[in-house]
Amino acid sequence: MIEARGLRKSFGGFEAVRGIDVEVRRGEAFGFLGPNGAGKSSTMRMVAAVSPVTDGRLRILGLDPAVDGPAIRARIGVCPQEDTLDTELSVRDNLYVYGRYFGMGRREVRERVGELLDFVQLTDKADARVDDLSGGMKRRLTIARSLVNSPELLLLDEPTTGLDPQARHVVWERLFRLKQQGVTLVLTTHYMDEAEQLTDRLVVMDKGLVVAEGSPLQLIREHSTREVAELRFGVAEPGAGHDRHVERVADLAERVEVLPDRLLLYTADGEETLAKVHERGLEPVATLVRRATLEDVFLRLTGRTLVD
Amino acid sequence: MSSPSTSTSTSSAPTSTLRGALRLVDYWATVYRRTWRGSIVSSFITPLLYVLAMGVLLGGFVEADPATLEGATSYLAFVVPGLVAATSMTTVVGEVTYPVMAMVKWNKTYFSMTATPLGVREIALAHLGFVAFRVAVTAAVFLAVTAPFGVYESAPGVLGAFAVQVLLGMAFAVPLYAFAAGLRDETAFSLVFRLGMIPMFLFSGAFFPVANLDAPLEALARATPLWHGVDLTRMLVLGVPDWSMVAVHVAYLLVLVVLGWWWAVRRLTRRMQQ
Ligand SMILES: Nc1ncnc2c1ncn2[C@@H]1O[C@H](COP(=O)(O)OP(=O)(O)OP(=O)(O)O)[C@@H](O)[C@H]1O
Ligand SMILES: [Mg+2]
Repeated sequence: MIEARGLRKSFGGFEAVRGIDVEVRRGEAFGFLGPNGAGKSSTMRMVAAVSPVTDGRLRILGLDPAVDGPAIRARIGVCPQEDTLDTELSVRDNLYVYGRYFGMGRREVRERVGELLDFVQLTDKADARVDDLSGGMKRRLTIARSLVNSPELLLLDEPTTGLDPQARHVVWERLFRLKQQGVTLVLTTHYMDEAEQLTDRLVVMDKGLVVAEGSPLQLIREHSTREVAELRFGVAEPGAGHDRHVERVADLAERVEVLPDRLLLYTADGEETLAKVHERGLEPVATLVRRATLEDVFLRLTGRTLVD
Repeated sequence: MSSPSTSTSTSSAPTSTLRGALRLVDYWATVYRRTWRGSIVSSFITPLLYVLAMGVLLGGFVEADPATLEGATSYLAFVVPGLVAATSMTTVVGEVTYPVMAMVKWNKTYFSMTATPLGVREIALAHLGFVAFRVAVTAAVFLAVTAPFGVYESAPGVLGAFAVQVLLGMAFAVPLYAFAAGLRDETAFSLVFRLGMIPMFLFSGAFFPVANLDAPLEALARATPLWHGVDLTRMLVLGVPDWSMVAVHVAYLLVLVVLGWWWAVRRLTRRMQQ
């Protein structure tokens, strides 16, 4: 569905995407996980055939966006990071006019709009002005709009950023349904739980480069231990750091990461490690044992946390 | 700089651009359905107020020698066509400044359009088509409302003047649309109003013959698109067309439309690729 080789994007002298290789197959859910400014949206806009490729090769549905932009855009759905809804029009009219942009007949669009309103559970808001919708409803409307042309490939740039947990789950559930219907999903996110929940395969992006690729499980297995023991110490005084704590626990874990307020001990058995920590007389303010996540993978690969 | 591959533009073939633009008709119709009441009311009231104040009341004090009135027999007959043309200008200027910035920057509605098979040509053509429709309605209402004042000498001339309003409107709208489409910040609009529109409104022959100005200022006034539009409108409605001047005016206004279109496609393409 998507094939990128050495894909680059520059803005003036600044390189936002610095040569990435990506391949997305039909029917899969593929993710770009990365922090702010990683180049996720810049990549998505090239894939959406609206932003010209600076260098490298890009094929979407087998077509070259520089040549066949309109043909590509006719077959994909795009949910941009920033909502581009017409806030003065009603929910229904937003969908209707958008369907017309694809050259769909008036009757055909009207029927499709009804289905989509049902699908994103906005039927009772059909005649409300977009201005009056909540953030979660706007996002669902944008997703509905991206589906109006029954796309084979759906691009979602941070579909749930800014939504409360409940609204996020509603969106996830809808996206999951689409995936089951065979729609290829490509999404960007800086939430590792979103990436874990929704994607079959993902790339971790940082500073315009792909730093890792695989399924969520694979990535965790490759770049982290199974469990993590967290020791909270409160924010360390500048300079002093948690170094003295690190010295005392370093040999208990495969790896220790130091964050401003805590230590992360990467280990196969978190409880056991924690017990040993206590044996050594360390007294963290709080402790926690958890399964390793993509967040840990990211920390390992970049030395930074995803959401700061 | 070599132009980047413009994936947001589509084929430049005029027929396919037009076909694409037609897909946007329902969008603009929806927008118009929401706003037409207000715009129609002001289309009716504005000409009445202007013609009463400037033509009838102010005109009552003006004792001008008809020989200096460019073919008009009274100040009222002189000023009405001027007001028609000036209103066409102000109508389109309102349509292609803040509303365009809203589409590009505030609401990003254009970005929703370029995500579809449509490209910047179709989007610009449809928007400008809507502006042409707006100026056509405003001009038709203006001409109809002012007909009872008895200053129109020639029915075909009035029809011609109606067409001229659309041309004049587009001669302003297209270049200014291009300007607005690439603009980062709206403060420049107040310069357009203060240094462009208002001086033209006042000094381009709508209210007094430009021959009254000093020679350099007169030359400047005759260089403005509004003067060309005013002179054209006046000749036609008063039934005294000088056909060679008609040709000059039409050509001048058409050139603005064509250059404006080229500039608009260029600037909007750049902007939408960001
Ligand atoms: N139109 C533009 N002009 C100049 N620089 C840009 C433009 N778009 C993006 N950038 C820069 O490119 C870099 C990558 O931006 P991009 O929006 O692709 O990141 P992102 O991964 O989507 O981040 P976020 O999570 O914040 O959305 C950033 O440093 C950004 O400032
Ligand atoms: Mg982004």
